[in-house]
Amino acid sequence: MDQFEVKVFVRLRPSVLDPAGEAIKSASSKLGVAGIKSLRIGKMIEVKIESHEEDIKENIELLCDRLFANTVIEDYEYSINKL
Amino acid sequence: MASFTVGIVVFPGSNCDRDVSWALEGCLDIKTKFLWHESSDLNDVDSIVLPGGFSYGDYLRCGAIARFSPLITSLHDFVKSGRRVLGICNGFQILTESGFLPGALVANKNLNFICDDVDLNVITSKGGWFQKLNETQNIKLPIAHGEGRYHCDQDTLKKLTDNDLIALKYKTNPNGSTSDIAGITNEKGNVLGLMPHPERACDESIGGIDGLYTLRSLITQ
Repeated sequence: MDQFEVKVFVRLRPSVLDPAGEAIKSASSKLGVAGIKSLRIGKMIEVKIESHEEDIKENIELLCDRLFANTVIEDYEYSINKL
Repeated sequence: MASFTVGIVVFPGSNCDRDVSWALEGCLDIKTKFLWHESSDLNDVDSIVLPGGFSYGDYLRCGAIARFSPLITSLHDFVKSGRRVLGICNGFQILTESGFLPGALVANKNLNFICDDVDLNVITSKGGWFQKLNETQNIKLPIAHGEGRYHCDQDTLKKLTDNDLIALKYKTNPNGSTSDIAGITNEKGNVLGLMPHPERACDESIGGIDGLYTLRSLITQ
């Protein structure tokens, strides 16, 4: 068994309106930073997991597809780092 | 023969379970039984309500964690048997997250938690959940949600429309829902999910009785 550190990024699909992102974009402009064309909010999930190396990708795919993201509205990507 | 019993599922964070029980027992004289989400025995109940609230604190996404409860696992066979399941508000979110109904519920377009009475058009007669007297049947029900914007892709919307699965549409869209959708049914018609709260419209003294028909329809076989 090996130890892995996994970072999962979950994002709303481009076709799904992100009103919270719009609100933050509007607040950002109040800091005087011009030029923000788009701002969207996602989630980052950090997982430390013990697994056989041959199973790690399958396990993370399962978690992403069935729990971390709702693929009706979200896309996900991840990076796996062996510790 | 035992009397018809409606099971009301209680998750940690449910908060409309007692309202549903009050409406069914007090207004309609229908027997109810609370079902803790860890129970998987659904033999004692004839139909099921997934009530509103904030199951598991809405962590991750509304309804995302409730989906893994033993009761929801048993619900698949319950639905296959043709018995009726009504998901109200958070219950609707759980039904979409669990795959009983297509689409998803996301944050309201204006980011507000909306608590209001809304006018709705009854679209389908599938499942007999609404009294459909004529083509332009209207009802008024309360809504109370922060994540009630129904979202689905164009293919799903076409399927919902072509198969007459859209149950309710808002007359004035309050939350940005795709195609003004407030509620949908499954293909068989025995599962209904809706954001408005019929249990809060069951007595004239609290503002209306347009929810009575839907709750009474839980005891149709």
